[in-house]
Amino acid sequence: MKILFDRIDEPGLNTLAVYQRRGGYESLRKALAMSPEEVTSNLLDSGIRGRGGAGFPMGRKVSFLPHGDMDKYLVCNADESEPGTFKDREIMQKNPHMLIEGLLIASWAAGTSRTFIYIRGEYAHQADILEAAIAEALDAGYIGERILGSDHSVSLVLHRGAGAYICGEETGLLDSLEGKRGNPRLKPPFPAIEGLYHGPTLINNVETLATVPAIIRMGGKEYAELGTETSTGTKLVSVSGDVQRPGNYEIELGISSRELIYGLAGGPPEGREIKFWFPGGSSSPVLTKDDLDVPYDFDSMAKAGSMLGSGAVIVVDDSHTVLEVAMKVAKFYAHESCGKCVPCREGTNWTVKMLERIESGEATPMDLDIMASVQEQIIGNCLCVLGDAMAMPIGSMVEKFRSELEDEIEAARERAEGADLDDVIPIGVADEHAGPFPVH
Amino acid sequence: MSATRPPVPRFGHGSRVPGWDDAVDLTKDPATVPDPATTPVPPGLKETIVAAMAKYPDRRSAAIPALHAAQEVHGWCSPQAIEEVASVMALTPAYLTAVATFYDMFSTVPKPRNDVYVCTNISCSLLGADEFFEAMLAAAEGNPNVNVKAFECLGACDIAPMASVNGEYVGPLDLADAERIVADLDAGHTVLEHKQLRYRRSADPEVAEEAREFGPPTPEVTEMTDTAGLGPEGDTEDRPGPTAAIEMTSDQLAEHPEPETHVDTDQHPADGEDAQ
Repeated sequence: MKILFDRIDEPGLNTLAVYQRRGGYESLRKALAMSPEEVTSNLLDSGIRGRGGAGFPMGRKVSFLPHGDMDKYLVCNADESEPGTFKDREIMQKNPHMLIEGLLIASWAAGTSRTFIYIRGEYAHQADILEAAIAEALDAGYIGERILGSDHSVSLVLHRGAGAYICGEETGLLDSLEGKRGNPRLKPPFPAIEGLYHGPTLINNVETLATVPAIIRMGGKEYAELGTETSTGTKLVSVSGDVQRPGNYEIELGISSRELIYGLAGGPPEGREIKFWFPGGSSSPVLTKDDLDVPYDFDSMAKAGSMLGSGAVIVVDDSHTVLEVAMKVAKFYAHESCGKCVPCREGTNWTVKMLERIESGEATPMDLDIMASVQEQIIGNCLCVLGDAMAMPIGSMVEKFRSELEDEIEAARERAEGADLDDVIPIGVADEHAGPFPVH
Repeated sequence: MSATRPPVPRFGHGSRVPGWDDAVDLTKDPATVPDPATTPVPPGLKETIVAAMAKYPDRRSAAIPALHAAQEVHGWCSPQAIEEVASVMALTPAYLTAVATFYDMFSTVPKPRNDVYVCTNISCSLLGADEFFEAMLAAAEGNPNVNVKAFECLGACDIAPMASVNGEYVGPLDLADAERIVADLDAGHTVLEHKQLRYRRSADPEVAEEAREFGPPTPEVTEMTDTAGLGPEGDTEDRPGPTAAIEMTSDQLAEHPEPETHVDTDQHPADGEDAQ
């Protein structure tokens, strides 16, 4: 069953003509004929959970927005920066009108009149396509004052970011959209009450909004029959890393992870085995090859000790060391930490330093305990979850691959000591260097 | 302990952190909003920034689009570029510098014009991105037009290892492609056309199955058709931009005069305050 990827490679699907020929914008007409409450109840019935990472039910998010006459905003989060995730890119590049239609329906349900798409600055080609599509929709009267004869007026602005992972965090995104540095805000107040320009704001991921036309077309209850009871519908999964056929696959939630990694993506290259894999982007705790039979849905992943996140599976095979991947993860979060909260800013930095110490042969097995405790102190102590997003995978790697990391520490120390023997240090000079920090 | 440990790098005043080499001149007044009358702004840049500001309820929202435009004109976010943006947007240079230093795509130091961002995040590095980055650095060494930068995940792990060359995604790359990218940039052609992401078909097997319905594609279309329908040169049709969607452009207004005309002048006292 393809909903988002229905004939997505059809040439010219990004143009209004082809999209309309395939029944495009019919869901918008259908939604405008309903009351906003009816649309919202369809979204609630569909049980669709946010596809951006947190998995919060979209219908409930819409219902949180206050009613009444005020400036309300709808923001589409297209700042897809989670390592391993590239699903929104394919939607925006190949079927931009589906996203626009979803946005318009959501804006009717939530009663928002100003709509923004915040796209990451690196997606230049996708932004050009969206801009052309918005212009077409504007000309055709889908965007503007009193669209399609209803009393709903809506504007749509495409905003290009400039390269910052933290702008994918919803309040960081709002600050960035207001033209500031992308620092997350203290919550509460949540964006549904006080968000963009201090107005109530609904923020949803591209994939979530792009599914909305299908929900309206099928009816919420029918959509809910897809997938599992608590994870309804289909999901785009980006599979990458050591697999033979990396790419986006649309699956019904609840299929086995083995089917996804081996069946669809072809598994690791010949002769290699899976060592571990990230089920939901680099922020999710890693799972090993013993967890391959876990169903791929929100709750089963949580039960297995990880999370579905943005639906990005990164497979690492046995030709790579845990240390090498841990280093990449930690360096990424240390680079992208905005620096506002101390546990995240310092914790990510010190984790990188401790991993470097393992590499240079200066670590002891006790360092692994210190590293694990640093992760514990980050989790839940910051305004946003960027620090947690490093702490969870690193913590799980230390836990699951402790013996390999201990071997690594030992091997690196032997390498470093071997180097020392070649370089005889005169007595007295060595003592000066004996402290934990070198003196120069 | 090790005597072979490399010395800790030191920066100005013995600091271990870079960036403190130049002391701030405390006798100087803080920079204020530059006077538009005495700050020349290149033609085109001002119009772009004003159009960007019109899209948002708060003009500051246009900071990122305006800095993009200024970087396009000046090649980098130079103090002069920031000064120009500040004068048009009526913001202080400090505010804009704070924004420019936060985002990876803005450069506050001079850089070569062509950007090659090499993704070195997990998925790409598992497949050899670090080696490619080294090769790319070597290929571009001494070339004054190519700016090679290691970047975090660019969102194209399906073509890993990959790079973004002036915004065009190319991959999967092998080491020999580094030289080709530099050669293509020097010659001014499209970079690695056969490896561009825009031509990539979906990996989903069922989508490939469905794609057969579209009839047998002609050979010249298949190879090089943009899956998005745009040619390699982008969208050639001159369409109106999505500025201030609710309001009509002046041409449209001339064609379809609105029935109620005097909405703006009376009902928005807040606009008058903003202007001051």
